[in-house]
Amino acid sequence: MMQSIGLNVLQIAFVLLLSPLFAGVLARAKELVQSKRGPSILQPYRDLRKLFAKDERVSEESGWLFRTAPFFIFIVPLIVTLLIPVLTDFPLFFAFAGDMLGAGFILAISGMFFTLAAIDGGNPYGAMGASRTRMVGFLAEPVIIIVLFTVSFVANSTIPYIVQQHWVHPLANFFAPSHVLLLIAFFMVILAETGRLPVDNPTGHFELAMIDESKALEFSGRSAALVKWGGYMKFVVLGIVFLNVLTTPWGLATSAALPNIGLAVILVAMKMLILIGIVVAVESSYAKLRLFRISEFLTAAFIVSVTAMVTEILHL
Amino acid sequence: MTQVLSELNGLVLGLFIICTIAMTVTRQIGACMLIFVVQSLLLAASAFLLGADPFSWHLFALGCVTVVSKAIIIPWLLRVLTPRGNYYRRELSQALDVPITLLIALALTFAGYAFAQHVVRAAPNLSAGNIAMGFAALLVGLLILAVRTEAVPQLLGILAMENAAFLVGIAIAPDFPLIAELAIAFDVPLLAFIVALLTRIAYRQMGTTEVGTFASLREGP
Repeated sequence: MMQSIGLNVLQIAFVLLLSPLFAGVLARAKELVQSKRGPSILQPYRDLRKLFAKDERVSEESGWLFRTAPFFIFIVPLIVTLLIPVLTDFPLFFAFAGDMLGAGFILAISGMFFTLAAIDGGNPYGAMGASRTRMVGFLAEPVIIIVLFTVSFVANSTIPYIVQQHWVHPLANFFAPSHVLLLIAFFMVILAETGRLPVDNPTGHFELAMIDESKALEFSGRSAALVKWGGYMKFVVLGIVFLNVLTTPWGLATSAALPNIGLAVILVAMKMLILIGIVVAVESSYAKLRLFRISEFLTAAFIVSVTAMVTEILHL
Repeated sequence: MTQVLSELNGLVLGLFIICTIAMTVTRQIGACMLIFVVQSLLLAASAFLLGADPFSWHLFALGCVTVVSKAIIIPWLLRVLTPRGNYYRRELSQALDVPITLLIALALTFAGYAFAQHVVRAAPNLSAGNIAMGFAALLVGLLILAVRTEAVPQLLGILAMENAAFLVGIAIAPDFPLIAELAIAFDVPLLAFIVALLTRIAYRQMGTTEVGTFASLREGP
């Protein structure tokens, strides 16, 4: 019991403390690909420290939503961390408290508060970004649901700790055509949900073209830091679901022994770096889609996920 | 050993169907052609995997022919012969919207799977995946052919259909007669050559390769 809680705390620490580092590595790698030097990989930590030290300004027009939303955005990825296998492949304290669908809904809470807060802030760009994010969200939702259906057909369960065992036992499941289709669909959804290219440009500075970023424009000081940190953690949490539950359930600690856990931290971080490499490759080779082309991107993801489900049902 | 090979074949088949869907979505000729090359390489990979155990040198020959003719010669021919400039990068016009096309593609995939079920039931020891994905990709290839209005993407649609037909073929007939292999080795590049040449002439005469618009007569000079 105590050991399980201890491991949970360790998982939270992993996501909390390393997520800015992963964001920094991603930004640096992207700049390097473009033949620039780019900021240090520790820059997100410096940004957070700077923002926490700064004064906060809040619009007179805004209500309680605007003031509380940053806390939700910050806390929610950490709650999801309790439900998913970050470092261990055996179930921890909260493993059966919620399945992948539940984790998806919990993540949606932060999305809802972020959207409402963006409108509440009174900045016209905030409302615009909010409606656009909802559009992307609505289109991504069916894909997530179908992916989870497929997962439940394969594993007869949607508890992440159980699902991850099914991809490798027997190994034939790992190479099944439905698995590949499912991975591609889920990866496309991750790109859309975390506001990466080709759906949204995370480094854009032009408010009219922003989707995700413009919601955070009105936050300052501590709130801005929490929102930023929450965004980093959301990417890491989705990445970990993709890596540890769906793609490569290897490299996790099989027992609670300290060397095992230490090794798992290193291996999961390395897997995360590989995922970042793939994201950098995608971001550097695609231009941002026009707003109404996003539906095409996500329809493609939807078709791929439905094909995955049918392929799985028919045992092809 | 056979087990591992058929598992790897499953992976290849998944990627093959993704390539087919990607060809339906892609709006640029260059990207479309790149995906076609990947699809051809996947077909060759499937042929190698199925031909490895029990060993069939016919399938190996087919794989080699596919790599040479579809992954090297055809893209090169099209690049050399079709118009220069931004031809490969600009957006294509389509007869239907991409989301609608994709939904039709989904329905066709189901139809392909449903049809394949009968074949698989009749011959249960064949690679079911190859047959099902092959039929699905065949129908989606036909859809690509129907919705594209430009010559080169239409050609790519035909070639995608051909790839799909071969994906079924290598599962049904491991001892493919060599004459058929040689036929595709010469036939398909020739087809690409003729279409590319026609496209070039059409582009020079009309300034466009939208063959869909050539159906109506033009008035006066």
